[in-house]
Amino acid sequence: MSQTRKQMLTDPLVDNNPITLQVLGICSALAVTSSLQVAFVMSLAVTFVTAFSSMFISILRNQIPGSIRIIVQMVIIASLVIVVDQVLKAYAFEISKTLSVFVGLIITNCIVMGRAEAFAMKNPPIASFIDGVGNGLGYGLILMLVGFFRELFGSGSLFGITIFQTVNNGGWYVPNGMLLLPPSAFFLIGLIIWAFRSWKPEQVEEREFKIQTVEEH
Amino acid sequence: MPDENQNKGPLRRFIDLPTDSVPKTIFVAVALCLVASMVVSAAAVALRPLQEVNKLVDKQINILEVAGLYEEGTDVVEAFSVFEPHIVELATGEFTDEFDVETFDGLAAASDPELSIELDDDPASIGRQSKYKTIYILRDDAGEIDKVVLPIHGYGLWSTLYGFIALEENGNDIFGLQFYEHGETPGLGAEIDNPRWKALWPGKKLTDEDGSLQITVAKTAPPAGDEHHIDALAGATLTSVGVNNLVRFWMGEAGFAPFLEKLQSGEIS
Repeated sequence: MSQTRKQMLTDPLVDNNPITLQVLGICSALAVTSSLQVAFVMSLAVTFVTAFSSMFISILRNQIPGSIRIIVQMVIIASLVIVVDQVLKAYAFEISKTLSVFVGLIITNCIVMGRAEAFAMKNPPIASFIDGVGNGLGYGLILMLVGFFRELFGSGSLFGITIFQTVNNGGWYVPNGMLLLPPSAFFLIGLIIWAFRSWKPEQVEEREFKIQTVEEH
Repeated sequence: MPDENQNKGPLRRFIDLPTDSVPKTIFVAVALCLVASMVVSAAAVALRPLQEVNKLVDKQINILEVAGLYEEGTDVVEAFSVFEPHIVELATGEFTDEFDVETFDGLAAASDPELSIELDDDPASIGRQSKYKTIYILRDDAGEIDKVVLPIHGYGLWSTLYGFIALEENGNDIFGLQFYEHGETPGLGAEIDNPRWKALWPGKKLTDEDGSLQITVAKTAPPAGDEHHIDALAGATLTSVGVNNLVRFWMGEAGFAPFLEKLQSGEIS
């Protein structure tokens, strides 16, 4: 794998992460991270959809008329999402019940559209595919991070395996119920963004406005 | 996915058109829609059998759960075989052999004019009601009826709730209630799945001593007393009202009441 391709795959993990730097795809990150297993399946689904939609859009990029390009992208993305939804209903019924509407909502996930419009429309298929995988993994990484904290401290388990025995089951750990509610994912993502930007200060955006000091007359 | 690039012959003319011309735009739109619809329908058709098996197993798990027989890892097919399914004619409350109990679907029958009635008084908002329903009987070791599991459904806030109610052998004491399919708001109406709310149901009584239906889901206890009252869900008034209406409908005269009377009088055993 050439250097640039490798970069395409690893850049979106930290340096150009779709959630923490571009702040896209937050809605589903709040909704599906209360357990790691669900977050994992969602990450796979998004990675699959982003990779293949980018690839197909890139194959067609010279044929897509500018006036209907967004709709063409949407049709390709939506078809892939329906296929993923059908496969999940057939092979992972329990998980598809928990994911419920959020698989369908991958269609409106800004990451998928963003990569199609910003990358796949201008780059060859293989590069677009790798870029899609990279961004899907970047999304997945944050999902798993958030899911790790929410499941561990919210229900005392990881991937459904008990780590801290909770009080309800006769153990010692009093679970933090707030972590099972969607707002907690907001706090966690905020903290992760803070951590990333302290580690890599170049990610900090320039201020849009400078606070002016009042000069004394 | 679309592969117009490889098409030769008459299609070539379209492909060689300037990308932004009107005919090309229409051609791309039509071709893409055709290909995408084929992919989507192929996936839907090919995977349907598996999905239906999943739905059936899920329904069986719910019947087991409402009867308190399900734990993680239970062999569903084997555990489910202890149930004795029967088709009940609602109006008379008697079992019928007219249909095959394996294939009869009370929900599908509701849209068959021959097998269903249009409801004038329709508190559960179901429109048409099947004249027949499949019920499940659980027997104890001595062969006596232990529990009955009855299917119920009705409209909540956004969606139709489908579920089961399990009753003790006297046809009056509730053993459990469970919904297996609904589209209520997560965190509010969907709390009907919350084990803590479901735990309010066991032990409640459908009717009072005079035999009139008293079970109520409401914010405050009805005059009939606590043993007929299930506390409504906070923040989910309309879902609670829906559950109240559908339970009262199915346990009432238009629902399973004739069957439950026969169960109480010992005519069905």
